[in-house]
Amino acid sequence: MSSIIRIEFPPAQQAPARGGEGGLIDLSPQRHDLSPQRHPAPGRSRLNGWLLRAAAPAAILLAWQLASSFGFVAVEVLPSPADIVAAFAELIRLGDLQAALPVSLGRAVAGLAIGGTTGLALGLFAGLWRIGEGLFDAPLQMLRTIPFIALVPLFITWFGIDELAKLMVIIAATIFPMYLNTYAGVRGVDPKLIEAASIFGLSHRQAAWHVILPTALPSILVGLRYASGAALLALVVAEQINARSGIGYILNNANMNQRSDIIIAGILVYAALGIAIDLLMRLLEHLALPWRPKLALA
Amino acid sequence: MLSHDHAVELHGVSRVFAGRAVLDGFALTIRPAEFVAILGASGTGKTTLLRLLSGLDRADGGTVRVPRRRSVVFQEPRLVPAKRVWQNVVLGRRGAAARARAEAALTEVGLAAHVNAWPKTLSGGEAQRVALARALVQEPDLLLLDEPFAALDALTRIRMHELVGQLWQRYRPAVVLVTHDVDEAILLADRVLVLSGGRISLDVPVDFPQPRIRSGRDFSDLRMRLLSELGVAVH
Repeated sequence: MSSIIRIEFPPAQQAPARGGEGGLIDLSPQRHDLSPQRHPAPGRSRLNGWLLRAAAPAAILLAWQLASSFGFVAVEVLPSPADIVAAFAELIRLGDLQAALPVSLGRAVAGLAIGGTTGLALGLFAGLWRIGEGLFDAPLQMLRTIPFIALVPLFITWFGIDELAKLMVIIAATIFPMYLNTYAGVRGVDPKLIEAASIFGLSHRQAAWHVILPTALPSILVGLRYASGAALLALVVAEQINARSGIGYILNNANMNQRSDIIIAGILVYAALGIAIDLLMRLLEHLALPWRPKLALA
Repeated sequence: MLSHDHAVELHGVSRVFAGRAVLDGFALTIRPAEFVAILGASGTGKTTLLRLLSGLDRADGGTVRVPRRRSVVFQEPRLVPAKRVWQNVVLGRRGAAARARAEAALTEVGLAAHVNAWPKTLSGGEAQRVALARALVQEPDLLLLDEPFAALDALTRIRMHELVGQLWQRYRPAVVLVTHDVDEAILLADRVLVLSGGRISLDVPVDFPQPRIRSGRDFSDLRMRLLSELGVAVH
């Protein structure tokens, strides 16, 4: 059931042999049949696809559970999947998770909002106005080469170990992806489109609003997607700084109490946040860019 | 001020790029509602001339007088991909009145069914008709056509020729058509100019009646004359 189609061409020297009555030309003895083929019912093939994709994770989970159940790995090192589910139940029962999630999400969203807006504004300014490019582009291109994680010690001395330092780390992580993609998107608009806009009487402001921004939007949204990913990463790092609330606090406590089941549960919460953000961004792109041809490489 | 008997007046126009004069002492007048085709090999100043007429570029010297209301149809449609077809036609304007105007213009170019479509879903010929509708909506006194049919397939090009001819008959703007296609120039224009070396080397009226037939005697005589002026050997 291979889905790969091999197209074979006849050797060049070989003269095509003329077919009999119908005047058909036989191209080659190895010609390949590309006529429509009967496919299995679509619902069934989708189910098969799902099963195929679920197979490997399910096998790993099963092996993991069996390894723990038969005592191949110590529970303190790697608790079983069932233990982790129990840890989740414990976190929810005690209300820890419900208390931590809004705090962590709030940090990420606030940092993303401030950093993303700043990056967007700088990117638009540098993209639309030459003076903005001159002022900001070179310094920002230099600053972006600094890994934001390297800034953490500096931010702790500047902003202390409370919320401000955490927020600043997330802001620093989100400005640059947003700036770079916005700037590139605005600069990438075909000058011929802008020329056409000026022919049809649009002012600079109107051309920016009606031509440049809509055309640059896909790139801006890519920037937002990168910035969201960076916000999550920065959240994890920032919550290592003296966390007294949030998922980082749960992880920190669990670490001190040697509760690897809770640590893994916390890591899975971060992972779930990552997936949720990705889904949200895809939905946003889908809604904001209805004009883009849908290209799916199955 | 623009005198009433001319839509376009150019006198002593020069345009220099990097020390090379693309146009030098160039003069041209076009009457209102006149359809002028401009032929010429690459690098003879056709594009420069069109950019001066459209206002996208400024001359280095001389007089350039053109109507205030001008439109251009470019070789590529130049539609904003993120705007629906009707929004492209009335680019920068909103509201029911703008939409009604766009719909009327799109109906005239035969695209009433595609008012709400996205540009990327259109074929090349359809996109170029949207560009034509966008130019018409401006109610131009001067319509500039910069090889607008060059990228279209032969059948679509024939339909576009008919469409442009009809629209010109109805609205009577002065038209400047830059093209490489001698037959296209003879089919559509009242007057054909050949440019070479930044000057008009030939300026002939096309005075036989519409509809013009490619196989006609007048047509082929003029075609021969233009081709030989363009330096193409004709046997």
